[in-house]
Formats: sequence, structure tokens, C-alpha cells
Amino acid sequence: MALAELIEQKKKAIINKWYEHVVATYPSDTARFLKKENDQFANPVGTTTMHSLDAVFEGLLNGADIETLSSDLDPVIRIRAVQDFTPSKAVSFIFLLKNVVRECLAKEISKHKNKKEIEKELDVFYTKVDGLCLIGFDIYMKCREQLLSFQANHIKDRTYRLLKKADLLSEVPEVGAENISPNV
Amino acid sequence: MADDLPKADDLLNKIDHNNSPPTSWMDTPVNIRKGMYCYASSPKSVKYLGLPNARPWNPLDDDWKLPDNWKEIVFEGLKERLDKFRSFKVFMDICVRCGACADKCHFFIGTGDPKNMPVLRAELLRSVYRNDFTKAGNLLGKIAGARPMTLDVLKEWWYYFFQCTECRRCSVFCPYGIDTAEITIMAREILNLLGLNIDWIATPVANCYRTGNHLGIQPHAFKDMLDFFVEDIEEITGVNCEPQYNKKGADILFITPSGDVFADPGTYTAMGYLLLFQYLKEKYGFDVTWSTYGSEGGNFGFFTSHETMKRLNSKMYAEAKRLGVKWILGGECGHMWRVINQYMDTMNGPADFLEEPVSPITGTRFENAKSTKMVHIAEFTADLIKHNKLELDPVRNDNVIATFHDSCNPARGMGMLDEPRFVLQNVCNNFHEMPPGTIREQTFCCGSGSGLNAGENMELRMAGGLPRANAVKYVHEKYGVNMLTCVCAIDRAVFPPLMEYWVPEVDVSGLHELVGNALIMQGEKKRTTDLRFEPLPGMEDEIDE
Repeated sequence: MALAELIEQKKKAIINKWYEHVVATYPSDTARFLKKENDQFANPVGTTTMHSLDAVFEGLLNGADIETLSSDLDPVIRIRAVQDFTPSKAVSFIFLLKNVVRECLAKEISKHKNKKEIEKELDVFYTKVDGLCLIGFDIYMKCREQLLSFQANHIKDRTYRLLKKADLLSEVPEVGAENISPNV
Repeated sequence: MADDLPKADDLLNKIDHNNSPPTSWMDTPVNIRKGMYCYASSPKSVKYLGLPNARPWNPLDDDWKLPDNWKEIVFEGLKERLDKFRSFKVFMDICVRCGACADKCHFFIGTGDPKNMPVLRAELLRSVYRNDFTKAGNLLGKIAGARPMTLDVLKEWWYYFFQCTECRRCSVFCPYGIDTAEITIMAREILNLLGLNIDWIATPVANCYRTGNHLGIQPHAFKDMLDFFVEDIEEITGVNCEPQYNKKGADILFITPSGDVFADPGTYTAMGYLLLFQYLKEKYGFDVTWSTYGSEGGNFGFFTSHETMKRLNSKMYAEAKRLGVKWILGGECGHMWRVINQYMDTMNGPADFLEEPVSPITGTRFENAKSTKMVHIAEFTADLIKHNKLELDPVRNDNVIATFHDSCNPARGMGMLDEPRFVLQNVCNNFHEMPPGTIREQTFCCGSGSGLNAGENMELRMAGGLPRANAVKYVHEKYGVNMLTCVCAIDRAVFPPLMEYWVPEVDVSGLHELVGNALIMQGEKKRTTDLRFEPLPGMEDEIDE
């Protein structure tokens, strides 16, 4: 509980710092733009990322279930899944939250009367972050599989009607619609 | 043993989170990444078009099988275009790198790759121009923003000039009016001199040149497809449409992108055209013909070279001349309209064997098409509705909560902003605009135009389409929008996966699909479904099992 109190006091600073770390995974020119532009339509990557991190952090603190965490984390992973990141880089920003929390609370922890308790709670928090990263990995894979399915369907969608019209397809009829000769 | 294992922190600290290259953009070689590029042009198609250096090649190979004198070809190609196109020369010289365009490109916004900032993309070519054609660049080199042409530079050109959809959103924000799309067009022309096209462009162009449309659908198959729609329409409405084909002496020739004829959901738009024409024929004696030869409005030649664009464009006019029609009505297409409005007159015009288009039903003279003799069907239908010439029941579209995507070329390329909205709002009761800054002149591109609507570059398409999808998501969440309506065949082909990825609750339709649903045909039976065979509002129980 002691940790929760400390985090609550520094919540905004932690989220901002985490966002800065995530933004720093982009080339510097891009990072500048992502930090500067606040319009959600001019800068969907930055604003969606910020929104996502905010919701996920809030969820972690409030013991949100996996489904909620997953839906909060989805938008930022969905973006990173189509950008120039290796799979590890696409999701590893989640781990950065550990460092950010420790950095932001370093002073408070060192001065805290119940330091040991805080360290224990931090361990629990870190485990949650590890779990969050696994959720992130699931989302990443889902996005990538979706991209592959689009690719697979691309040609089919384009030519299906033509093939059908040209009688080049022989699809199975509804069960029971066929007259099957009894001696076959 | 366990002591030898690295600690979690040791492992984590080894992850390099920094994606910034250590060198400046000029010295950072291109990394050609799968999912971001389209396959190389097939030699068969390049050869058929008579374009140079037809051979199999792979962008991932070191050796691109270029001619020995490729640098000379690039130099001469650049020189020729600087002399021929004054605008290109001006665009090379006047950019002050103010950065106004930098964050306006959907590809930069979506991919986060700085080389997709329009200014930097143009700089890829401009740096070579400075080196080869300006004294300062030649003398001062890098200090003056110049660099010599190398194989790495060429590969960078290919990779990034095929990551631009020529949508021209950036040019709306340029204080000097530099049209970065024109720079991409020139770069692609020069790349084509070395046989460096993508196959999603080269093969449709070859098919279009030979058979008349992108897929190479032969005349009988084209007619078969339309007959197929006629059967579906009869089942839905009880009305038998009787389209005319290749009719000599018809008043009007109708040309639409072939995507409307063979790919869903464009096919429903084609059914809308058929219904509209039948309605007008019965009520007003409208005399329009389809052509199985002029069966493609799209012009991927535009993404290859001016000459190729001209060849494909001329086929439409040759067919109009052969049939002896008065003028041409064009379907819902994107870049076809940019070609018509900005280039046709210079390339193949004036089309003085045709008449200045006048609607035979309302008498409206389409003065904007005075020279090209080609009218957009959204303008044509808007005029019909304005003059109360259509009986419409928009309630039939009450399941649809629509928003309208301004396709880049009709919006920015020909200024057609209000006509489609007028039509949409007359055939559909629920319409909500996306936020300003994402529509009309500032519309965000679909992310797949200019021949980039292939399957293998899906990551590029999803990233490039993000700003558009993000605005759709907003109106979906705010107003419950469930339909993204547009007047472009490429849009209709590429939006379904884009929506499925970013806003899966939103479907895609053409404008005339919704017109077809709302249009009250003479002698029609009680309609229970829309053109997709989905129940009309309140008709869910009346559908036959």
C-alpha cells in the first residue's frame, strides 16, 4: 500500500516519463514531432500512445483484469506492429515502466521509513509489468497474423467473382442438396 | 550454475531502445524492409510496354541488374525533365526547407520514418540535382546539401518514391506551392528508365494497354460480369436492367474503373450505376453505353511516366470517337480524374470531336468539363437530384450511418468537394463529417493510392492509412458511424482491410451503391434487401429463407 501512495503522488510524472521513453524509441526527428504535436488527428501515433500508456498504468494500479489491460494496451501495440520495430522492440517499452517507476520514486523510497516493505511491493509491481509484457506479446502476434491474413485474402478478394462467373470454381454444395447416386 | 545466468536487468539493459541512426540522413543507407515495398515489375509487362531494361530482379538482392551506364541514364533523364518541365526545375530550386510539409504526410505520421517527411523525400532527389546541376552543390558538396549519385542513393529513391501516394496533402501546406507529388512523378519516371517499376503498376498498365483494363478481362467476360449484376438486381428489385454495350451513336459513353466490375464492394457501386441508368432510360430516354474496350477508368500509366499515362488515357477518347458519342460520363474513380483534369488536355486534348457536356435530362451545361468533355458521375447525379429528377427513399439506407472520405484526387486534384456530399445526404438520412483537417482539401489519403494497393506491402498500407482510420474511429465512437463512403475504386478496395485493422466496426461503400438502394424504380417489387442482399431496415423478418 505504501508504494501505491507514493505512485499516486507521482503518477503524472511517471506517465510522462514513460511516454518520453517510448517516444525515444523513434528516430529523433520523429520523436520531436510526437512530443510537440497535441492534436489527436495530426498526431495519431503520439496521442494514441499517450492515451494507451495512461489507461494501462491506471489499470495496473487499480488491479484491472487481463481483458481490460489488453484492450487498453492494444492501440499502442497495434501501431508499433506496423512500424519499423523488431518484435522485441515493439513490446519492450513495457519493461521500461520498471525503470521509470524506480527513477521517479528513488528519492522517496530511499527516505521512506518502511523501505523493505516498499521493495517487496515493487517486486510485485515488477511481476505485473512482466505479465503486461506477455499480454503485449499476444496483441503483437494477433496484429501480425491479421496482416498476414489480409495479404492472403488480397488476391482472392480481387478475383473471386471473376473465377466464379467463369465457372472455374467448384464449391461444395449445401449438405443434402446433392443427389448422390446410391451405387457410388 | 544459476549464478552464471544473467540478471534480468542485465538483459533488459542490452535492449537498444534507440531507433535513431548514428549517421545523418545522407549517410544512412536504405534498409529495404519486407512489408514496406511492392514486388519488382515482371519483365513480361515491362517488355510489352516497350519500356527499358526488362529483366527479373529482386529489390532485396545486392545486384539490381542495372545497365552499365545507369548513372548516365539517370543524369540524362534528370536533365531532360529539368528542361522539359519548368515546374520541376522550380520545385528543385525554391524549397527553403521551412518544414511546413514535414508532418503533413500520412506516411510520415503513420510510419514515423523521417525520410517520409515530404521535404526529406524530395531532398533525396534534390541532393543529387544540386550535385549535378548547381555550381554551389558541385563545389561545396554536403555543405550545400549535395551528394553524388550512388547505388545506395538509387535504392533509397526506389524505396521512398514508392512510399508516396502522390496525394498532394503536403503541397496544400507548402507556402511556395511546391507539388511534392510532381517530384515523386519525376523520380518514378527516372526509375522507369532503368526498369525499376513495381509489378502492381507495371502489369495492370500492360494489361490495360493491351486488353483495356487492369486485370486483362476480355470483352465477353466484362459483359458477363455486368450481366451477373443484372441478374442480382432483378432478384433484389424485380427490375430488369438493360445495359447497352459498345453502342455506336449512343449519346454518352460511360467509363468506370474496372474495380467496380470485379471487386467487392465496388461491385455494389456498379449495380448502383446500372439502376440509375435504367431509371433514367425508362423515365427520360437516357442513352448511355458501356464499352467493353474502354473498360478502365483507372490509369496506372500516371504512376509510370507521362508517356504511358498518355497512351492509356488516349484509349478512352479513341473509343468515344469510334462510338461517335457526344461526351463521356466517368464513374467513381480517384486518379482517373486527376489525369482528366490536370493532364488530359495537354496530352490528348482538346477532344474537339466531342460536344461540351450537357445533361440531356436537366439541360445543365457542365462548363468545368468544356475542354475534357468528361463529367464525374457524382456531379451528374447531384445535378439530377438538385432538379428533382430522381425519386428517392433514403429510409432504405437507415441502417447506414455514413461518413464521407474525400478521395485525394477528386478532392485536391479537381476540387470536387460538395457534390458527393449533396448526393450522400439526399440518399442517406444519417451522415456525419469527420473532423476538419482530415477532410476536403486536407483529406488524409487512404495510404494505398498511386499503385501501392498491393498485398505484399500491407505494413506500409496500414501505417499510411492510420491518420485516415484514426479520424473514422473518432466519428465511429462519437456518432456510431458504420459506413465509410467514398468515390474512388482504390479506396473501396483498400479500406476494408484498413478498417478491419483499425476500426473493425466500419464497412465501406461507394456513393452510387447508396443511390441504388434509395432509388425508387418504376415497376419495382417490394424491396426487402439492399444491393448486398442484406435486409433493409424493418425487413429482417421478411427475407425468404
